[in-house]
Amino acid sequence: MMMQRIGQAVRGAMLLDVWGAIGLSLKYMARPKATVNYPFERNPQSSRFRGEHALRRYSNGEERCIACKLCEAICPAQAITIESEPRPDGSRRTTRYDIDMVKCIYCGLCQEACPVDAIVEGPNQEFSVETREELYYDKERLLANGDRWEREIARNLRIDAPYR
Amino acid sequence: MPVAKVNGVEVEFEPGMTVLQVAERAGEEIPRFCYHERLSIAGNCRMCLVEVKPGPPKPQASCALPAADGQEIFTKTPMVEKARKGVMEFLLINHPLDCPICDQGGECDLQDQAMYYGRDESRYLENKRAVEEKAISPTIKTYMTRCIQCTRCVRFVTEIAGESEIGLISRGEDAEIITYVEDAVTSELSGNLSDICPVGALTHRPWQFHYRPWELKKTFSVDVMDGMGSSIRVDSRGAEVMRILPRVHEGVNEEWLGDKSRYIVDGLNRQRLDRPYVRRSGKLTPASWDEALDAVAAKLSASSPDRVGVIAGDLQDAESMKAALDLFRALGSANTDCRQDGSALGGGAERAGWLFNSTIAGIEQADVVLLVGADLKREAPLLGARLRKGWLANHVTVGAVGRAVETTFGVKQLGGGLQSLLKLDKDFVRLMEGAKAPAIIVGPGALSREDGPQVLRAVADMAKAYNVVRPDWNGLNFLHNAASRVAGLDMGFLPGAGGLSAREMLKPGALDVLMLLGADECDASASSAFKVYVGSHGDRGAHGADVILPAAAWVEKPGLYVNMEGRVQMGERAVFPKGEAKEDWAILRALSERLGKTLPYDSHDQLRALLMAEHPSFGRIDYVPEAAQPLDLSSLGDRKLVQKAEDTGAFASPITDYYLSNPIARASVIMAELSALRVKAQAPMAAE
Repeated sequence: MMMQRIGQAVRGAMLLDVWGAIGLSLKYMARPKATVNYPFERNPQSSRFRGEHALRRYSNGEERCIACKLCEAICPAQAITIESEPRPDGSRRTTRYDIDMVKCIYCGLCQEACPVDAIVEGPNQEFSVETREELYYDKERLLANGDRWEREIARNLRIDAPYR
Repeated sequence: MPVAKVNGVEVEFEPGMTVLQVAERAGEEIPRFCYHERLSIAGNCRMCLVEVKPGPPKPQASCALPAADGQEIFTKTPMVEKARKGVMEFLLINHPLDCPICDQGGECDLQDQAMYYGRDESRYLENKRAVEEKAISPTIKTYMTRCIQCTRCVRFVTEIAGESEIGLISRGEDAEIITYVEDAVTSELSGNLSDICPVGALTHRPWQFHYRPWELKKTFSVDVMDGMGSSIRVDSRGAEVMRILPRVHEGVNEEWLGDKSRYIVDGLNRQRLDRPYVRRSGKLTPASWDEALDAVAAKLSASSPDRVGVIAGDLQDAESMKAALDLFRALGSANTDCRQDGSALGGGAERAGWLFNSTIAGIEQADVVLLVGADLKREAPLLGARLRKGWLANHVTVGAVGRAVETTFGVKQLGGGLQSLLKLDKDFVRLMEGAKAPAIIVGPGALSREDGPQVLRAVADMAKAYNVVRPDWNGLNFLHNAASRVAGLDMGFLPGAGGLSAREMLKPGALDVLMLLGADECDASASSAFKVYVGSHGDRGAHGADVILPAAAWVEKPGLYVNMEGRVQMGERAVFPKGEAKEDWAILRALSERLGKTLPYDSHDQLRALLMAEHPSFGRIDYVPEAAQPLDLSSLGDRKLVQKAEDTGAFASPITDYYLSNPIARASVIMAELSALRVKAQAPMAAE
């Protein structure tokens, strides 16, 4: 008991813990940095990243969504609301497609459920806004997202295709 | 009883049952598409294959194979499972993979059974067949590529609906269901085609793409579009009713439903009275509940009790009529009537004096039926389907007195009016006298005229002469076209001592204040009274009203309804009333407080309890007397001559248009379309 206390006192007097800490700091100073200077620098992003939602179109401009409501049914947070009726040309389309981005838990089940790859979670994660109301997305907003992000979304889907 | 073994378990069965029915009795589920309990057996989908011993060493179609004593039936052997997988693969060869855009998705027999009995994936790589869409009817959307040729629709239309307008042509891959001309299905039961279709080939056009079955709240209710009181399921999403489907009720509607009862859903959202109105300087202007109720209370308390009255409409629940009756009796008024068409029924001591006494299911037992002023296609299409069943089985002869109308069964036309009734055809009289179970069905067309009591007397005399009312059989049937009528008659919603009938109340100068409780089928424009309309839709009654008190439609309130055979049924609330509208009884309760005659109930439950206590018949939910009800025939009608029989015309139904017979139907766009296509298009043909 006595010997232990003496050893502890000697180690303390020699500042061994301090030298160890200084050594560790010096080691990491020599290594490359793990942080990035966001937003000027970014980390690489997976093609499966689940960010802001988008409704896609076909290359001829026709919206993909056919109002099957499978995304609405599977959504665990019940964030999606869809209403539908026949369009004048007789095809099945939504008249309302709302996502409450506040309710959404970004689980990606909606894009898994979609039979036509219409609703997807795109690579965009920077959609912070100042009011809650701005996070209630309607069909127009989602289609605009799709138009804006189509190139990235299509690329990600292409990369992921062999594994689906 | 013979005994068969199903998977080693012995089951007794009745002779004549099929292997499928025996297996079902043993609790085994057999997949099927073409087989339907209420249709003839076709045996063409081959999904119900089972193994049977003794028998050939191959799977057998159980729906078409009669069961035999000592038979062994196997439903789970590897052979059966392989056969089902094979059949399913064949059925799916030409079936498109469009479940996401198919309205049947989620409640599709093919989808469910493919999941349960089918293979995991398709081996079929060749081109699929495509079939042109057909215009069958405005109520039916077709996607004939999805059709699996089960022919349920063909059999339904020919056997139940009574029109052979759909058929199957060609063979093999080219086989397709067609109508011979466009929009050929004109039956009032056409909506059932979409129900019995096991796939998405026939779907409901009015609700096309509007909902998915899994997102709907299901509420059990009762249909009020006719006097049958069919069991329905009201499917709603949020505050909106999305669709109405039939429920199985063997005693009433089996599992069918008329088009009007089914497709009026859009009428529930249009022309709605969602706030009170008061007429100020000749114009109806929006008002608050307080203003409107005060205006009514001021008028009612200023008038003498014998100068105020109430007429109840056809769609009312029993509770609201009870509240109105109590209120006007408390005011001291005897002017109450639930027969806005002026029917001669009611007032006797026995319920049998206004009921459909043989019961709806019981009419199938009748062997000779006389229709008096009854137009079944307009007044009760499902009752017509019952009679057609007997007529097809060749055991019922039907005669009709009244204007010649279309029916779904063969009818011997025996003249038009009261005169032909008094001097009935000799041959038919002989048939009636010799009948085992004779029945007379008296329609509203015969009893709602001025000479109604005279006709009723004549019918009662006839019932006596031909022994229609016996201890074991009561075949004297009164057909009602109003869902509220029997409830009203049961509770005595009739003119009290010295009170005026509906027809007298509507005369100019008869009353100072007239309340129309959802009464739209009577013409109140001549009446000079201050008119108060309590109802759900802006229709005939509301147009001439001085105060409008917005009330709930029938799916928006719980209520009791009594159908024409006297069966009390309970409807539940599916959605809430629109806007500021309130339940009818609550409006009347609020009004009574302002008049200082507060009604003795504060909740719907208390009102219902009081109704059941005062009229015990309302307490027997979904009960109809099994044995024949006694009836003193001499109490019916009045021999007093109003008009000479020779001077009266043929009995004609008060319903001139099946699709537009009540305020909800008149607000519906689909009903207007159907009416334009079916009723108006046929009019010139009838005149030829």
